[in-house]
Amino acid sequence: MILAKVLGNIIASVNVDGIEGSKYMIVAPGTPLGEVAGGAMVVLDLIGATVGEFVLVSQGSSVRQTEITKDKPIDAVIMGIVDIVEEDGKVVFRK
Amino acid sequence: MVLAKVVGSVVSTVKEPRLEGIKFLLLEKIDVKTLKGKNDFVVAMDAVGAGEGEIVFFVGGSSSRQTEVTTGKPSDATIIAIVDSFDISGKAIYSKSGSASGSSRGAEK
Repeated sequence: MILAKVLGNIIASVNVDGIEGSKYMIVAPGTPLGEVAGGAMVVLDLIGATVGEFVLVSQGSSVRQTEITKDKPIDAVIMGIVDIVEEDGKVVFRK
Repeated sequence: MVLAKVVGSVVSTVKEPRLEGIKFLLLEKIDVKTLKGKNDFVVAMDAVGAGEGEIVFFVGGSSSRQTEVTTGKPSDATIIAIVDSFDISGKAIYSKSGSASGSSRGAEK
């Protein structure tokens, strides 16, 4: 999984994901401090993240290991919202 | 998934038999804030019926073989959605109907 920051919403009504009510967001990989550190990508949101939040994103075939994404053409999913990141015993990010 | 603009199509006559009847589109990855092409191109199988000028997103890896069009095919990139609109930090960046701010590239249909 990677840490990522939610940048925005994306609407795609014509799609073949086979997931009812699927919601996509644009995120960018982040540093442990919550800063953006990479190019943006589109991810499926399974948990109701909002713009500005720091999230956990899974990628690759692993993302098909949930009830909703099983056998679906999805390669990146928001799996969690980050509350706290601790590095070397020190809290470096807090929601 | 990766955001890209359909910039053309690719035709191949001599190909692996399982690729028969599949439409290949040429995609250029775009910057989400400016909509500008990154000069980074991908040939993807089309599972949605996308057309030139549209902004789409595609899946890579084994996930690209999970659509009706690509199941059992040697695909490593498949377009799964045509983008209607998106916003960054609450600001509308792209709208297919052409009302977005910033560059209008890709807004025409």
